[in-house]
Amino acid sequence: MRWWRREIVCQQVVELVTDYLEGALPRRDRERLEQHLADCPHCAEYLRQMRLTIATVGRVRPADLTSEARDDLVALYRRWAEG
Amino acid sequence: MVRPLRRTAAALQFAAVPDDVELVHRLRQGDEAAFVTLVDRYHAPLLRFASTMVPSRAVAEEVVQDTWLGLLRGIGGFEGRSSLKTWLYQILVNRARSASGKEGRTVPFSPGREPAVDPARFGGDGRWSVPPVAWTDDVEDRIQAEGMVERVAALVDRLPSVQRQVVTLRDLEGLPAGEVCRLLDLTDGNQRVLLHRGRSAVRRWLAAELGEEVAL
Repeated sequence: MRWWRREIVCQQVVELVTDYLEGALPRRDRERLEQHLADCPHCAEYLRQMRLTIATVGRVRPADLTSEARDDLVALYRRWAEG
Repeated sequence: MVRPLRRTAAALQFAAVPDDVELVHRLRQGDEAAFVTLVDRYHAPLLRFASTMVPSRAVAEEVVQDTWLGLLRGIGGFEGRSSLKTWLYQILVNRARSASGKEGRTVPFSPGREPAVDPARFGGDGRWSVPPVAWTDDVEDRIQAEGMVERVAALVDRLPSVQRQVVTLRDLEGLPAGEVCRLLDLTDGNQRVLLHRGRSAVRRWLAAELGEEVAL
């Protein structure tokens, strides 16, 4: 287990990637992770995949409001405005 | 001569896309159209989030309707210390907790040990033995053509409940981490663990679809 202390390995990278993207890693861990990413094309690809995953989820749009739901809410507003 | 013109152009732009502060102001003056604009902007995201907190679509719809009523009743006292969006979500969470009988009860949270990637893909030295297949280059066309965004949405909806809530608020709605922690009563660390598990699960699925990796 000596490698665990000396340097970050791939299996750790895949668990640290969210803390890294969230800016939550202590400086020394961040530097060790960035060094690893510079040296390891597989982990660099993994990071790209996580970024693309986040971007894809960010493109999900909720279904449009139905006109029935909008009418219900307009009625709610009018009841409130009168009451 | 230039200034009035500029002001007109700015006013037109403003009229086209009023921000929340403007809409709150107009709503307080009894402007029904301002309310409808807010409904158009937030009803569908609120309904999506409500669905992560209560067991059925019908209850979710009731909870969101209650949220709008809460907005109308509270708008006079809304001081703008948080954004309107955050305030709406706060009302929604309170209503949803009452509706599901979980008021004031915090569900014990244990992060678990589900790995982001199958341990079988690493050697004894912790390095990749089965490295990720590269698929991120020029993937845009496939994401569009294969309806990936819609399928990812369905996948997020199948995540375990609190993961789903965190991923929905953070990555779909774009709320900041601190606000999500407050809304869901999570510590910073637990919020990140849940986000990590959720994102990792979605990545595994995308990798299986796009990189032809075995789904793990």
